Amino acid sequence: MFESSLKQLGDALRAKKISSVELTQCYLDRMAQLNPQLNAFITINPEMSLAQAKAADARLAAGSADALTGIPIAQKDIFCAKDWLTTCGSKMLHNFVSPYDAHIISQFNNAGAINLGKTNMDEFAMGSSNETSYYGPVKNPWDTARVPGGSSGGTAAAVAARLCAAATGTDTGGSIRQPAALCGISGLKPTYGVCSRYGMIAFASSLDQAGPMGRSAEDLALMMNVMAGFDERDSTSLQRDKEDYTRDLNKPLTGLRIGLPKEFFAEGMGSDVAKAIEAAIAEYKKLGATIVDISLPNSKLSVPVYYVLAPAEASSNLSRFDGVRYGYRAPEYNDLADMYEKSRAQGFGAEVQRRIMIGTYVLSHGYYDAYYIKAQRIRRLIAQDFVEAYKHCDVIMGPTSPSTAFKLGEKGDDPVQMYLSDIYTIAVNLAGLPGMSIPCGFGDNDMPVGLQIIGNYFNEARMLNVAHQYQLATDWHSRAPKGI
Amino acid sequence: MSWEIVIGLEVHAQLSTNSKIFCGASTEFGAEPNTQADAVSLALPGVLPVLNKGAVERAIKFGLATGSHIAPRSVFARKNYFYPDLPKGYQISQFELPVVGQGALTIQVAPLSGNAKPYEKTVRITRAHLEEDAGKSLHGDFHGMTGIDLNRAGTPLLEIVSEPDMCSAAEAVAYAKALHTLVRWIGICDGNMQEGSFRCDVNVSVRKPGEPLGTRREIKNLNSFKFMQQAIDYEVQWQVDTIENGGKVQQATILFNPDTGETRAMRSKEDAHDYRYFPDPDLLPLEISPEWIEQMRATLPELPQTKQARYVNELGLSAYDASILTASREMADFFETVLAAVPKDAKICANWIMGELNAQLNRDGLDMTQCPISAQQLGSMLARIVDGTISNSGAKEVFRTMWADGGEVDAIIEAKGLKQVSDAGAIEKIVDEIMAANADKVTEYRSGKDKLFGFFVGQAMKASKGQANPAQLNEILKAKLAG
Repeated sequence: MFESSLKQLGDALRAKKISSVELTQCYLDRMAQLNPQLNAFITINPEMSLAQAKAADARLAAGSADALTGIPIAQKDIFCAKDWLTTCGSKMLHNFVSPYDAHIISQFNNAGAINLGKTNMDEFAMGSSNETSYYGPVKNPWDTARVPGGSSGGTAAAVAARLCAAATGTDTGGSIRQPAALCGISGLKPTYGVCSRYGMIAFASSLDQAGPMGRSAEDLALMMNVMAGFDERDSTSLQRDKEDYTRDLNKPLTGLRIGLPKEFFAEGMGSDVAKAIEAAIAEYKKLGATIVDISLPNSKLSVPVYYVLAPAEASSNLSRFDGVRYGYRAPEYNDLADMYEKSRAQGFGAEVQRRIMIGTYVLSHGYYDAYYIKAQRIRRLIAQDFVEAYKHCDVIMGPTSPSTAFKLGEKGDDPVQMYLSDIYTIAVNLAGLPGMSIPCGFGDNDMPVGLQIIGNYFNEARMLNVAHQYQLATDWHSRAPKGI
Repeated sequence: MSWEIVIGLEVHAQLSTNSKIFCGASTEFGAEPNTQADAVSLALPGVLPVLNKGAVERAIKFGLATGSHIAPRSVFARKNYFYPDLPKGYQISQFELPVVGQGALTIQVAPLSGNAKPYEKTVRITRAHLEEDAGKSLHGDFHGMTGIDLNRAGTPLLEIVSEPDMCSAAEAVAYAKALHTLVRWIGICDGNMQEGSFRCDVNVSVRKPGEPLGTRREIKNLNSFKFMQQAIDYEVQWQVDTIENGGKVQQATILFNPDTGETRAMRSKEDAHDYRYFPDPDLLPLEISPEWIEQMRATLPELPQTKQARYVNELGLSAYDASILTASREMADFFETVLAAVPKDAKICANWIMGELNAQLNRDGLDMTQCPISAQQLGSMLARIVDGTISNSGAKEVFRTMWADGGEVDAIIEAKGLKQVSDAGAIEKIVDEIMAANADKVTEYRSGKDKLFGFFVGQAMKASKGQANPAQLNEILKAKLAG
């Protein structure tokens, strides 16, 4: 049952072979057994999950069920969910019970899905290893001495360990794709503006995008049908017709032009990762695709550009966490300034403080033009590279991450090394493009390797088709971690 | 050697939308603390701003009314600073690209003292931008703590920035008053200064003629025209004294204390914030199409300046009269309704409204909207003056009666017997009688004692019980005395 696809689960529920309460309880039992090893969840609330399951069973009985009705879905703890503790991985929000639902949460509630719990994450989504969480690091189910990636590491670990049927993530610089790659699952970051950001705690507003993480492209397509759509409460949400993301899954790949950016295959990538990616490309050729060499000349600037823009926005977005109205407030302080300083010094972890300081610096008088304005200009050049590339290809492929999952603590002392683990994913956020990662083999330590697929704007259905056809021909995505 | 005063204003006009600028919470004044603070006003984690179209429409109207450039594309920016009543830790404002660009406002300046004559002046508007208001910190009653009320947080404001074109307190007050009139006139702000709907910051500096601009100090948050004048007078004197005593004016933000009549520095330039402005990534650039501007133009009433010009050019009123009659939309509407009854006699309408009516309103402490005499009533009364039914003094009697007891003009004239005699035969008869009774005086008059004319008028008026049409009487008397 834990290996069933969302479609199979939905069919079983609608055929009354299993009830949502039973299914939810199965997952809750498995979570109780395995989560202590993995630390994938910050909040598990069986009572609330089962109450939803009961309601879903009523809906199933009434015959008004949707595709995901009754299916347990885990939610990244960045999404505000009414009456749920919503921490964003931070001590700052250790006591914040949200009084409202994020748009994404409402969408799942309306679909009748079960909120199975809130998954662990890097603090305020700042991190690539899940080690910055106030609630402790998440362990990679494939090797618990290794990181699951980040920031959606709790979600990736939960999906890989079959602690939920599927889950949500968010991706600002690779936070869906990199942990998906490191945990051997599939993840999709949609085009910026496809999923509403309302109720999703902001890290870098112009880059943040919610997306699904699951065990197959087909599951992701069903998740997208729930998550995508216009929301008037988010001014950057795009007003587009409703799409069925499953519609192209079964199209053949004959004639597909895959662009391989030479910059992605230069130095930096581990040889084991390179081998797996090359094998995946070979498989695509067998499926009828042709290969086009392309160049993204400015992509090498994406890490420095990102580490100007994202902290700049974050420094402002995180100003609301001041200890005045909700969240953590230092127990003792002398005056107002002291209250701010102590509450924020005690409530935020080191990486968050580092990024707030970087962001404050680059926006400061006298530095703004040299950093922020210049970075915005380069951001446009990076996006322009993709526009040029898509004149010659339909999708772009390459590695998701330069290496497989590294050991806990291995990069903890070196933020720049940590930042470089997102070197292939960041340009996609800067350009606002959709990107995904699917499992395509294993590296030297028997750790999963992820293949990144980057599509043109709004080409999610096509990307899911490209991924699904590969998953029909291979079985990397259905491998499960052993030993947990 | 005299000093030159340089003044520029920043006015915050609260826009009259029902809901806040970036969320649906109500903007109504005076509610219980925090009852109008929704998730967005509280800046809960994850909430996002959505621009209120009504606020933009009001900004467009202001731009049109001041002949300003309306930006086809403007940008919201975040102004970052920490304060407990600023829930997000930043204020959403506009910085580099404001919605309204350069424009101008022509004002009538009535000097505050001396016998100087009113004059016209054009003050250039630098820009006007949309932004959200902050909440309020409530001190006291909290036992050593501070209360925060976020009802006002997110209320839409239009910040209107002028060039430093004003060179006296009188000009600054005249400009602020003209702006105050204008925003109410076009219906974008209720102008309630007690409730903070119209707040002025005044930048003041002094210099010797011909020298570069002096260092300015900014008087914050003036909420009455009287205080504005007092604050500027005090500040100018303080700056002049400081410089003449060998000191230097330091750039600073200052507050005016109405109780002492003094200004006091709040913070100096050294502790000025670095607001770290940058474009708000949660909001798309604001795009305003020419069609939208035209739609807004169609909703604008005739503007005070346009009316003033029309009153001067078409009705023959003085510029000063025209400016008084357009001091508010209520005043102009009243005037135009009165005028409709006597379309050819604008001056008499102006005189009665600015004279008798205004004096009576002041005596009773009323404003135009509370006037006990309607414009229609006043119009009918003036029509009776013009057609000769009543004299000016008779009209005053009618006016007093209507003010006190109401009533219809013709009925009052009838009841009080105020109808003047315009029958030439009747007047001639009276004139003949008094000439016969005062034959000696007639002889004196005819021999050159012109001053006696007044005596005959008085006698005739007395004989007619004050009801003779004065113009007619004069004419007949003159003819008969001439012999």
